[in-house]
Amino acid sequence: MATEYKLRMGDGKRIFMTKEQIIADLKEGMADAADLGSIPDLSADEIDKLVDILTMPSRMVGVELGKEVPVTHDIGTIRLDGDQGNSGVGIPSSRLVGVMMHERAFGADTMELGHIDYSFKPAKPVIAQEMQTMEVCQQNTIVPLFYGAMPNMGLYYTPDGPFENPGDLMKAFKIKEAQESMEHAAKHLTRDIVWIMQRMMASGADGVNFDTVGAAGDGDMFASLHAIEALRKQYPDMYIEAGMAGELMLGLHGEMEYDGTVLAGLWPHQQAPLAAKAGANVFGPVVNTNTSRSGAWNLGRAVTFIKQAVKDSPIPCHVNMGMGVGGIPMLETPTIDAVSRASKAMVEIAGVDGI
Amino acid sequence: MGMPISHIMTSGMSGIRAAGDLVARMEFAKNMRVGDAKDYVAKKLSVSTDDLSDEYVMRELREELGIGVITSVAGAPKGIAAKMNIEKLLDIKINSCQKFRGQLR
Repeated sequence: MATEYKLRMGDGKRIFMTKEQIIADLKEGMADAADLGSIPDLSADEIDKLVDILTMPSRMVGVELGKEVPVTHDIGTIRLDGDQGNSGVGIPSSRLVGVMMHERAFGADTMELGHIDYSFKPAKPVIAQEMQTMEVCQQNTIVPLFYGAMPNMGLYYTPDGPFENPGDLMKAFKIKEAQESMEHAAKHLTRDIVWIMQRMMASGADGVNFDTVGAAGDGDMFASLHAIEALRKQYPDMYIEAGMAGELMLGLHGEMEYDGTVLAGLWPHQQAPLAAKAGANVFGPVVNTNTSRSGAWNLGRAVTFIKQAVKDSPIPCHVNMGMGVGGIPMLETPTIDAVSRASKAMVEIAGVDGI
Repeated sequence: MGMPISHIMTSGMSGIRAAGDLVARMEFAKNMRVGDAKDYVAKKLSVSTDDLSDEYVMRELREELGIGVITSVAGAPKGIAAKMNIEKLLDIKINSCQKFRGQLR
């Protein structure tokens, strides 16, 4: 009987696979990425290395000594004091305590401060509070400390915002009106991000972490890139990380462009040069996890996409490896065996500059 | 919580336990890829790139350089003071230090 190895499904459930099955799934995932992105396959040596990583008997694996990379974070201290909606563990603690715990107890290379709702728009009414908290945190922190938030352009549409919901308009076949609504929302989003970050920079922030760029489609990415461009112009030394929401830029508008490139339909390796052009220092590529496929399939696919993004990016890449992205299972408590294997694979095969 | 800690343990540079904060700063301050950032920091600290993730080397060195250590050492530079020493060491400007200096009379 063939030896079986313990792996995970994309939803985190334990499965058992033979080496032949693992290789087949790795290759199938790789081929899917190569086909969708029109990018090269992994080499035979890289597939062998992935097999080695996935079949290591230890519960937790690690990168080879000397290959460590800096780690950036999204959600910030909300993972400590937040509720389940943010995957928080509900420990009543101030954000200063959260930042210091990450720096001094957890060994975080960088950290970020974020509003409990973790979008830019709801930070506006409480900006003085955000500024004060950033000041106090900066006085007590040594690691780079960002202000982190989601562009979240969906908040600008009815019933949450001033502009008519493009989804409703499209259902009524009002395509032009839907596009105009997205264009208006994008302008307001850019304006709000810049306004908030001007104040955070005045409070000593090292920079900004854009989390989930493009979550509301190409308009969301359009607004974010223009915000990055404006901030870079005003603050040449500001740290800017542009982390994406998904692997494919959804064309809800369909015709929005940045620097002459249509945003709809871009894959990670095509998104990276635009983030760099806008002025980001670090790009955060995303590859989504398919919960119905094995960890081998997902990791083969994710590493293929990210390797190309790292290659084509003019700036460092910190791959997004939260729940349900980057080969990590899609569940609230991702298993350590799966997380550490995906993490090692991204560093040693995809060649990421950070996570 | 388990996920970020798993990443830190698997692949991270351990922050101020070692020199992860310094390498991260160079990626962001100068758009350096991780290899270049490690080379730059290692040269400034007169250590090897492997030493940058070695808590044994970095614990003493960080205290000696006044750039912040993971344990709470009374009287050692912390927060802004440690970052002002990092500015000099890495030849970069840090926004919070600039703001701090701007508030002095």
